[in-house]
Amino acid sequence: MLPDGTLTPSSLGLKDLRWLIYWDKDKCALCGRCTAVCPVKAIELGVHRQRVVFSPLLDAPAKEAPSGLYRVYYGIRQRTEPAHACTGCGMCAQVCPNGAILPYRNDEEDKLRFHFNQGGQPRRRGGRRNDPAPGTLDRIKFVRISMLTDPALDALRHEFELRTLLGRILPPEEELRLYREEGWTPPVREIYPLMIGGMSLGALSPTMWEGLMMGVAYLNEELGLPVRISTGEGGCPPRLLRSRFIKYIILQIASGYFGWDEIVRAIPEMKEDPCAIEIKYGQGAKPGDGGLLLWHKVNELIAAIRGVPPRVSLPSPPTHQTLYSIEESVAKMIQSLAMAWGFRVPVYPKISGTSTALAVLNNLTRNPYAAALCIDGEDGATGAAYEVSLNHMGHPIASNIRDCYLNLVKLGKQNEIPLIAAGGIGKHGNLAANAAALFMLGASAVQIGRYILQAAAGCLGSESDRCNVCNVGICPKGITSQDPRLYRRLDPDRVAERVVDVFLSFDMELKKIVAALGRSTSLPIGMSDALGIDDYHAAERLQIKYVI
Amino acid sequence: MCRLFCVTSDEPQSPMLALGALDVMREGHDGSGVGLFLTDLTGPFAELKDKPILSGIFTKDGLRRLNDFMNALGFWPLYRVVITTDKEPPPGTPKRDFYLIQVYEYPDGWENLDQEEKEFRLMMTRLQLRWMGEEKEDIIVFSFWPDVIMIKEVGDPLLVGEYLRLDRKELQARVIMAQGRQNTNYAINLYACHPFFIQGIATMTNGENTAFVPIREFLLSRGFPGYTGYQSDSEVFTHILHYALKKLGLKLEYYKHLITPLTDEEIKRHPNRELLRRLKLACRPLTIDGPNCVIGCLPDKTVFMVQDRKKLRPGVVGGRPGFYVLCSEMCGLDFAAPDRDKSQDFQPMHLDTVIVYPDRREVRRCSQMEPLPPLH
Ligand code: SF4
Ligand code: SF4
Repeated sequence: MLPDGTLTPSSLGLKDLRWLIYWDKDKCALCGRCTAVCPVKAIELGVHRQRVVFSPLLDAPAKEAPSGLYRVYYGIRQRTEPAHACTGCGMCAQVCPNGAILPYRNDEEDKLRFHFNQGGQPRRRGGRRNDPAPGTLDRIKFVRISMLTDPALDALRHEFELRTLLGRILPPEEELRLYREEGWTPPVREIYPLMIGGMSLGALSPTMWEGLMMGVAYLNEELGLPVRISTGEGGCPPRLLRSRFIKYIILQIASGYFGWDEIVRAIPEMKEDPCAIEIKYGQGAKPGDGGLLLWHKVNELIAAIRGVPPRVSLPSPPTHQTLYSIEESVAKMIQSLAMAWGFRVPVYPKISGTSTALAVLNNLTRNPYAAALCIDGEDGATGAAYEVSLNHMGHPIASNIRDCYLNLVKLGKQNEIPLIAAGGIGKHGNLAANAAALFMLGASAVQIGRYILQAAAGCLGSESDRCNVCNVGICPKGITSQDPRLYRRLDPDRVAERVVDVFLSFDMELKKIVAALGRSTSLPIGMSDALGIDDYHAAERLQIKYVI
Repeated sequence: MCRLFCVTSDEPQSPMLALGALDVMREGHDGSGVGLFLTDLTGPFAELKDKPILSGIFTKDGLRRLNDFMNALGFWPLYRVVITTDKEPPPGTPKRDFYLIQVYEYPDGWENLDQEEKEFRLMMTRLQLRWMGEEKEDIIVFSFWPDVIMIKEVGDPLLVGEYLRLDRKELQARVIMAQGRQNTNYAINLYACHPFFIQGIATMTNGENTAFVPIREFLLSRGFPGYTGYQSDSEVFTHILHYALKKLGLKLEYYKHLITPLTDEEIKRHPNRELLRRLKLACRPLTIDGPNCVIGCLPDKTVFMVQDRKKLRPGVVGGRPGFYVLCSEMCGLDFAAPDRDKSQDFQPMHLDTVIVYPDRREVRRCSQMEPLPPLH
């Protein structure tokens, strides 16, 4: 029963919540910063009445009998309604000048989980699958160390060529024939193997997007690292489309076709070709579901770039309207997009991890215009999805990539269609190790999304269900919000600096891994003899070594 | 690390010269095996220069099965050297029934085959014999090709040479390649012994090939039955060379561009930049990652040496017109050509391919930065 005497089926107590607030009355200065910053209004000013026993000193001049007194003190009260349940984001602790407040996780499984669905609406949120356990990728070790029979290399001083290819690569015989005959060959981009995956302007705030773009431009122009970034499904600002920086950008087209009016209009005025076109058919965070931008985030700017009215929710359909068969529609879509840029731009599909990935891949091998296949595994993150999709749908990336690679090997096409792996890479902070493991399992490149939000902008989300309110535009870090009061918290220049930090440190870590394996002249794609895992069945499944 | 020795000489040389050189270099190999490749042969073999020679090791049963098999195919024996010995083999060397070097007449009708088909059938015959032998462990075949003899055995190279009396006159050759094996990560299997051979092309290597697995996968998936084996990570070097020459129609100068492509910056400065850029893309899975020194011989008896991009393995070439040695260590070269002009010795670096053409007039050094011969 609540203090006011009411009780409803969804009346929860503090013990039932996922995150609890510790508040120290002695330290609190009553400044109110925590209540102001809280994205979900989980805490509010509390006026507490307290009874104290008053007992006068024995030698007090005027003798009074001991008595009970009431006094009032002010502080914090944590709300327990599901809509205001603390998300554990910790912003209150960040802004408190006295360290008087801190969220902590309930020691028992919460009851809140049964009450998110108020009004019959299943829970929707941002973030990843809530599973904090280390994944397969984190358990893969690099076991073939160059020791004495061949020298390990010096990651600091050696020459390394750690680039990868994006685009359809022809078999050597064919490539030479077309060279001799001066025939058309598909466009191939030489890029950095760590890419920033599709996060739309709309899902991300303008400051976040700008920071990412600046970081990518700096990496390319000042540091010579050919890093590429996908726009996600949300179009691209018109000036960027017409700038020379477009060559660092992969334009994504998805089932809502948002922003493509603007892109198509810009084609004749483009100074450079975009890096590539990514056709999104699926996403690891919500397989079989389309993009979802809730109305909270569709302000005038976003609406204008996407070509929609403001303040309406934008659920993209689960599939492209024109799609009825892979042989025809996908091939046609790939071809039409390739044609739009005069066959100078690689076009590739992105699908969510699925046990049917092989069928897709086999089809693409027969389509001479398919430039790559991007597979987004179950640990991929998102700005908005139904929790049931996030937590329960999709295929782990490791075995999906491995199966596809081995299938290409069987066909002799392992160099012809690059596989791009995405979904939870660096989820536990082991970005370079996860990426290197995927390269050696057969991926040509990896894409990250949530990782870059966490590392470059301080996203607070976690797989213990911390924060993850990206969907409703109240991101306390200003990363996934369209509210200027929130996104002004994020300085795009500082984001750009952090993007550069991430790539430089990744580069060094990747070198530290491949150098010890004696590799430097090419990215060790498919070097599965270097990998081991302490799980017999996983080793069998991935065809790598079982080590204990 | 294995030791490598190759001599190309106007005057026929005994295989013992190569084994002597390996012995001088023995600090680098543990005597776990030796492999010999002889071509540009002399004596009776020279008279039958165009006829295929089968080299291998056979048990009594194996020999009988060989004869039946070759008979059935219509191959007719013309001449042979059989090495059998009653002596006790040196330590580590197994006792074998026969080492056979046998020249055959082609079956009827082969004279009308085009060269490619003939070469394919010769290769397939060797592979079939290999598979037969692997099944019953009674046949090991190293080569089946005109003007090529190969001998491989476990044990100390010099002792094996003496034991098999390889100083015999009919085994003299103008091109000899020899490898003293340092057994590293693979069990001793004669099919893991260098030099490796396919359709007239032979190479041997020292060092580890760290990119072995993806390269093997690429070669296996070419659909060419000769790309098989891979008991050693070095066999892929031979097959890459074969792929470059026979499948892509490239010249030797391109080989290094496949196994150790230039960096993108270097390619931008290269006169054949467009071709090299595209080769690098298409042949990406063939990039070796060393450290390796590769010595090889082409069907026309051209010999060569290349280093990997890191140049972490030794290799030296020296001699005089009419007699050149390509060798993994200086002491082996000193042993074989003590009276050469040492100032002319050359140690190829990370961009170099060293070539000695069959006329043996000079050592040609070609850098990867030089213009390439035109495609044909
Ligand atoms: S942790 Fe976040 S959600 Fe919870 S009370 Fe503090 S600011 Fe509010
Ligand atoms: S900090 Fe922002 S982007 Fe990160 S989980 Fe919270 S709401 Fe989402």
